[in-house]
Amino acid sequence: MSAAIQAPAAMPERAETPTWQSLRRFSGDGFSVAAAIVVLIFVLLAVLAPWIAPHDPYETDLLRRLQPPAWMEGGEWSYILGCDALGRDILSRIIYGSQVSITIGLAVVLISTAIGTVLGLAAGYMRGWVDIAISRVVDILLGFPYLIFAIALMAMMGPGLQNIILALVYKEWVVPARVVRGEVLAAREMEYVEAARAIGAPRLHIMFREILPNILSPVIVVSTIRMAHVIILEASLSFLGIGVQPPTASWGSMVADGRSFVLDAWWVSTFPGIAILVLVLSINVASQGLRDAFDPKFSD
Amino acid sequence: MKPLALIGRIAQLLPVLLGVSVIVFVMMALTPGDPVEIMLADQQATPEQAQALRHDMGLDRPALERFGIFIGNALTGNFGLSFFHRRPVFDVIAERLPATIELTLAALLLALAISIPLGVVAAVKKNRLVDRLAAIGSLFGVSLPGFWFGIILIILFAVQMRWLPVSGRMDFACEVAPITRLMTIDSLLRGRPDCFADALSHLILPALTLALPMAAVLTRVQRAAMLEVLRSDYIVFAQAKGLSRRRILWRHALKNALVPTVTVAAIETGSLLGGNMVVETVFGWPGLGRLVVESIFVRNYPLVQAAVLLYAVTYVLLNFVADILYTLLNPRVRL
Amino acid sequence: MHSTRSSVTEMTAPLLSIRNLKTCFPTRAGLVTAVDGVDLDLYPGECLGIVGESGSGKSVTFASVIGLVRSPGYVAEGTIRFDGTDLRNLEAEQWRQLRGRDIAMTMQDALTALNPALTVAEQIEEVLLAHATDLPRKGRWEAARARAVEMLRLVGIPAPDKRIDDYPHQFSGGMRQRIMIAIALSCRPKLLIADEPTTALDVTIQAQVLDLIGDLRRELGMSVVLITHDLGVVAEHTDRVAVMYAGQVVEIGPTQELISQPKHPYTRGLIGLIPRLSDLDAPIKPIEGQVPELIGLGGICRFHDRCDYRLPQCRSDIPMVAVGPGRQARCIRAKENLS
Repeated sequence: MSAAIQAPAAMPERAETPTWQSLRRFSGDGFSVAAAIVVLIFVLLAVLAPWIAPHDPYETDLLRRLQPPAWMEGGEWSYILGCDALGRDILSRIIYGSQVSITIGLAVVLISTAIGTVLGLAAGYMRGWVDIAISRVVDILLGFPYLIFAIALMAMMGPGLQNIILALVYKEWVVPARVVRGEVLAAREMEYVEAARAIGAPRLHIMFREILPNILSPVIVVSTIRMAHVIILEASLSFLGIGVQPPTASWGSMVADGRSFVLDAWWVSTFPGIAILVLVLSINVASQGLRDAFDPKFSD
Repeated sequence: MKPLALIGRIAQLLPVLLGVSVIVFVMMALTPGDPVEIMLADQQATPEQAQALRHDMGLDRPALERFGIFIGNALTGNFGLSFFHRRPVFDVIAERLPATIELTLAALLLALAISIPLGVVAAVKKNRLVDRLAAIGSLFGVSLPGFWFGIILIILFAVQMRWLPVSGRMDFACEVAPITRLMTIDSLLRGRPDCFADALSHLILPALTLALPMAAVLTRVQRAAMLEVLRSDYIVFAQAKGLSRRRILWRHALKNALVPTVTVAAIETGSLLGGNMVVETVFGWPGLGRLVVESIFVRNYPLVQAAVLLYAVTYVLLNFVADILYTLLNPRVRL
Repeated sequence: MHSTRSSVTEMTAPLLSIRNLKTCFPTRAGLVTAVDGVDLDLYPGECLGIVGESGSGKSVTFASVIGLVRSPGYVAEGTIRFDGTDLRNLEAEQWRQLRGRDIAMTMQDALTALNPALTVAEQIEEVLLAHATDLPRKGRWEAARARAVEMLRLVGIPAPDKRIDDYPHQFSGGMRQRIMIAIALSCRPKLLIADEPTTALDVTIQAQVLDLIGDLRRELGMSVVLITHDLGVVAEHTDRVAVMYAGQVVEIGPTQELISQPKHPYTRGLIGLIPRLSDLDAPIKPIEGQVPELIGLGGICRFHDRCDYRLPQCRSDIPMVAVGPGRQARCIRAKENLS
């Protein structure tokens, strides 16, 4: 996303393909650009966490147990958002928590988009039994609500970062696969594909070099929207205690930690939740801007 | 709709339902850990006893045969014993189901009550303040993590203002003999308005938490559908007939613009099932979702398996219902 | 049909009188003046044909009359007097009472004009319930239904008492058109605006529908505006014709005279488009070129680029000139005998 914003400004003399025009349109949409910048800030927080975080996120200090935020009585400015039940600095844990959300969000979306794109291309272009087999699996996987499928898999595989990524990818690839299959079915009938077939281009060449570049924009749009969804799913799993395990700082489990203290320490749950909301909201706004830029007819 | 076409549609469901059951079965078969060991964990059992139990549960038979037994049992509602409760899984689930149904229905009604009028007004006042606010609200709605929003609602309305209870489904003082097992309805049927108020006060926050993301989606669907309909010729013709604005909007336009909303609502109800787990956990709601989450921690796999199958089947059926609703509401589409 | 009409009409007051009507649509390219200074009179009981290509402003003119110009279009100038009322100063509620009761409209395609989700019964009854003050207070619904059945019978729907509870898609195209006409006429309006009533229909059904409109006009004593792109349609079914081009009326006169002796080159072109029964093999001669963009026109005859008879003097605003009793044309050569 960050590259998407910078690119048109950096290379203005480049020929205006439709994709570049779309990115240019996107860069003119201030609201969406602001949202993309917020997302970028979260990515930076994740990468630079060890240098930015004011405290060690795992350092417990029972003297600071449930210490309120700085502006409340008993708070101090070096622990600006207060401390949790073990006296750990909430701000530092939020900063480190972005690593979990960003890593899982990116990993799941990248892996599932790659898998889904290949399977969608195969189903849409080769048709026949390949299409039937893939579409059947897609139908069956769509028979499960997302969170329930992930919960069932996590129950089976046990918690952990890798397992979360796997559990989410198992179903998530279905979304890009369907989008790609639909686009390929339409593209098959296009002149440029007919032409490539007529000159006897190999099948893989047509699929990956001719069709794929032409259907990338809907895939990109759908992937960014899905990333918001994946981040919420991960947070939900961690909240339920079957996702990322303590003591690793994850926003979902931080919210869960605070549940026991809603009566006297509201800040423990509130701030990590705001972090989720802001990140997910920004991704949603940015992806909506991206969708409008790629496909102006939707911008109603 | 012709009955024959309906049967055809149902026949199309079967492969999906079968596939769903295969996945649930395989998932549980691959689960690490021996269910027998888990069952006997707190007892001093000899290897012979364990073997006998394994045989009783059919765990020593080939996988395909076990799948056949699983399907056969599932069709007759026999999901085995709940390890934890030492009662049939079916009974345990049946006990918890009404609470989940009540919560889901309340959320569905709330989501429709919010989204239909809001979507219509947003379409009519396109690009005006109401429309912009609805758009921003929708963005927040789909971005809200439900588990967090529930906690925030508890902090605000239960802890700070003390308007509503923190958790649970009903006060202990209220005992209403069950009819439908939906507390709000039962208390009304039994003529206990005090209990109705109590049930409602427990229901509001979880239902709202569950409803908001759905309302956000449905508002956008309703708005888009309404915009499309308002451009159509029959709206111009209705105006040329000299009908009142109210009748044109809420009868001519809405009757057509409801079709996509109701269809999506049926599909989205499926995603409420997932949301239930989170929301029931946050609000201590004694429903199926919370039961499943608890069961995972105590490795009560037969129950998790049955519940996941139940959820998946319900989800597939809801999509089917969406299909049927689309046909029923839209006289132009013939099966 | 009523060729004696034109002499009578000079004396009675017009039912509808449009003066200098301008209707505009703001677009990205600029302000489109879709209707630009139209003057028209319509007399009681008369059937006036409005002929023109799409984009000539013929539909927008009458959308302006009934106050249903599609957003973001608006009536910018002019007066529209109907039955003694100035329609440009009406409040929303007055509009509502006028539409459907005094002025009714039918649209090109009944399939899209009828609401697919409501039964035919409801779509007729609601007009009656909205307007008909003579329905009895008791048993209002039953009376409305009886009258709705009666209207369906009048427009020739077989077994109307059974079919009335069907949905529009359950009828054939011609039947749907009749239903739309029944709805429009159910409150016995003084004026019916029929916008392309036959374009969506088969040729055989076209004549039936036009005859039906003609019969009902005489029966109910109303005026009819027949909007069409097909001069052939108006030839048999109207008393007078106004030909519109690029937002203006370019020629108007009694139907028979206008068709036998067209004065405007554009009218000649249109007549060239009617297939002749006497000479079916004669090639239909299309009018070359396109309607100009309706942005910032002026200072030149709008038909200039497509005209075979153009002169240097045509590079100015052309006024309507009288070319006979009840006849006018917007051409500086209208009085010449062109061939």
